[in-house]
Amino acid sequence: MKNDKILLSHGSGGKASHELINDLFLPAFSNPILDQLNDQAVLQFGDVRIAYTTDSYIIDPIFFPGGDIGKLAVCGTVNDLAMCGARPLYLSTGFIIEEGLSIDDLQKIISSMQKTADEAGVKIVTGDTKVANKGHVDKIFINTSGIGIVGNNVNISGSNAKEGDIVIVSGTIGNHGISVLSKREGLEFDAPIVSDCAPLNSLVMDMLSVSKNIKCLRDPTRGGLATTLNELAMQSNVGIMIDEANIPINDAVRGACELLGYDPLYVANEGVLVSIVPADEAPNILAKMIENKYGQDAQIIGEVIAEPKKVLLKTALSTTRIVDMLAGELLPRIC
Amino acid sequence: MKHLDEYRNPELAKKIISSIKAESDQEMRLMEVCGTHTVAIFRSGIKNILPDNISLISGPGCPVCVTPNQEIDMAIEIAKSDDVILTTFGDMIRVPGSFSSLEKERANGADIRVIYSSLDALNIARQNPDKKVVLLGIGFETTSPTIAGAILSAKNVNNFFVLSSHKLIPPAMKMLLEVGEVKIDGFICPGHVSTIIGSKAYEFIPQEYGVPCVIAGFEPLDILQSILMLIKQIKEGNPRVEIGYKRAVRPEGNTTALNILNEVFEVCDTRWRGLGVVPLSGLAISDKYSQYDARKIFDVKVESENEPKGCLCGEVLRGIKIPLECNFFAKSCTPDNPIGPCMVSSEGTCSAYFKYGGDRLEC
Repeated sequence: MKNDKILLSHGSGGKASHELINDLFLPAFSNPILDQLNDQAVLQFGDVRIAYTTDSYIIDPIFFPGGDIGKLAVCGTVNDLAMCGARPLYLSTGFIIEEGLSIDDLQKIISSMQKTADEAGVKIVTGDTKVANKGHVDKIFINTSGIGIVGNNVNISGSNAKEGDIVIVSGTIGNHGISVLSKREGLEFDAPIVSDCAPLNSLVMDMLSVSKNIKCLRDPTRGGLATTLNELAMQSNVGIMIDEANIPINDAVRGACELLGYDPLYVANEGVLVSIVPADEAPNILAKMIENKYGQDAQIIGEVIAEPKKVLLKTALSTTRIVDMLAGELLPRIC
Repeated sequence: MKHLDEYRNPELAKKIISSIKAESDQEMRLMEVCGTHTVAIFRSGIKNILPDNISLISGPGCPVCVTPNQEIDMAIEIAKSDDVILTTFGDMIRVPGSFSSLEKERANGADIRVIYSSLDALNIARQNPDKKVVLLGIGFETTSPTIAGAILSAKNVNNFFVLSSHKLIPPAMKMLLEVGEVKIDGFICPGHVSTIIGSKAYEFIPQEYGVPCVIAGFEPLDILQSILMLIKQIKEGNPRVEIGYKRAVRPEGNTTALNILNEVFEVCDTRWRGLGVVPLSGLAISDKYSQYDARKIFDVKVESENEPKGCLCGEVLRGIKIPLECNFFAKSCTPDNPIGPCMVSSEGTCSAYFKYGGDRLEC
């Protein structure tokens, strides 16, 4: 570890987070399941495969356009299960609440969680609550863990991508990160920017209904699309070439990013997935995705290449540049 | 017009590039002063499509990169006090000082907060009357008027202070020409700075030094068009200042911003990392507003060290070396583990080379 203290960048999903995992967690906890470094663990019980995952949610503000911390906590874990092709079934939820949080706010969060769980078809079956002294927690932190069943013949993993496979993204990128930022910093844009926070399990089930050969699925949360593509490239030991012209970004997000000096490729998403699929099945899978309300803006954005083993971007001027993993926190331009 | 895609049109880009190839028949070294231009050039891959006789050199227009160690050390010392909240813009938090960085000190317990606007710092001061809130004022003419605005808005706020490390671009350009270490055939002048200072601020450059100037926007077509305009000026032998970024820049600049700058600040000599002391290139808070001047309120002594031996940030900022020539680049110095500020800042030349593959991609 390069530092002797935890820095904020260790939690931002980029290189420092990976360093923390590789240098501290993996050596201590290593086992064949964990070592795969997928967002979920797939466990074999006889003939049945159960996917198991956990995630914690710290966000400021706790209510933002398009969602709240409760909706996020359900969607995040549902999506992590869905990303290995599992059908999410049950969630646990742990609340760490700051003394003084209004009951009204808590009620809103709980209602939002139930509504989202209903949409996703999951049940919250167990939970825990702790209250911390005022000032020791920022309003509320939530942990959710979840289990789901992985169907037979479903084999989705970050290490499956091969040269020639096609990369599809399910919708416009950057909405969640910019929405949360604009609410937190009191930035108002003429066109409202709303978080894309959404449960993606129905979209994944639709995709699986037309293909048994989907190679990889991942939701590009912290660190954005760029970081996720780099993770997949590393896990599969391949390169990925994407075309800037094909990456779906809505105009309001693009404008906000230009204003602030952010690259949308690194901004967090909470209702988008990246899929790597065999080339001959891509058109079919894409067509099916577009029929789902969370896949309407799906686009083919690129393909897997053998060399170089990096993520590359073809620019609007038809030149090529590298897309690296997020380093440090995402910070706005000064000048 | 949305003012985005229009300036990324590949067909128009091809036309401008053809014109550039047709017009340029000699070696030309053009300096893009502004760090945001360096990043824009890399992001769009412009260097890969220019003819070989045109070189683009990165200049010192990255406010984080040119902040010397002493300033960061001073900010760190001030931040260590229990009754201080230090507020700073983005990238400054990760820049290494002589011994530490603001990011590390935050992890050590100092109250250091990243802000998006100088008015955020003022609000923090109002919300924390028992603390001294210090805004680390970094940035060129784009940013300094907003700090001046915060000071002017701070009537009856007695716990708000600014540690001004603001700098001015044209004097740095003048120094580069005076020192003459690198041959500059034309300047791609900063876009955002110019919205404030206008085009007149650069007129001394063609008049006294015979070097053409074009003020450029940040989209690929803006930059390509500005390069073409510079090439034409060089060929005509008629150096002048032209505005390529007409949708944002006026010859007289933004007089409101300039007025409040003049009201709150006075020009002083100041040290730039890599350039040394550049005469009349800094902004100090004027006596009238001295109650907001952190330099007058806080009595901190710092024993700064020179920048790390072997770090070529200084030479990179002056345009005489590129990051690939630095022994630390991409080895011991990476965005995750930066040795110098040019690797930290999102507008830094080393960071741009690293992130966009200046060394790692042959294409």
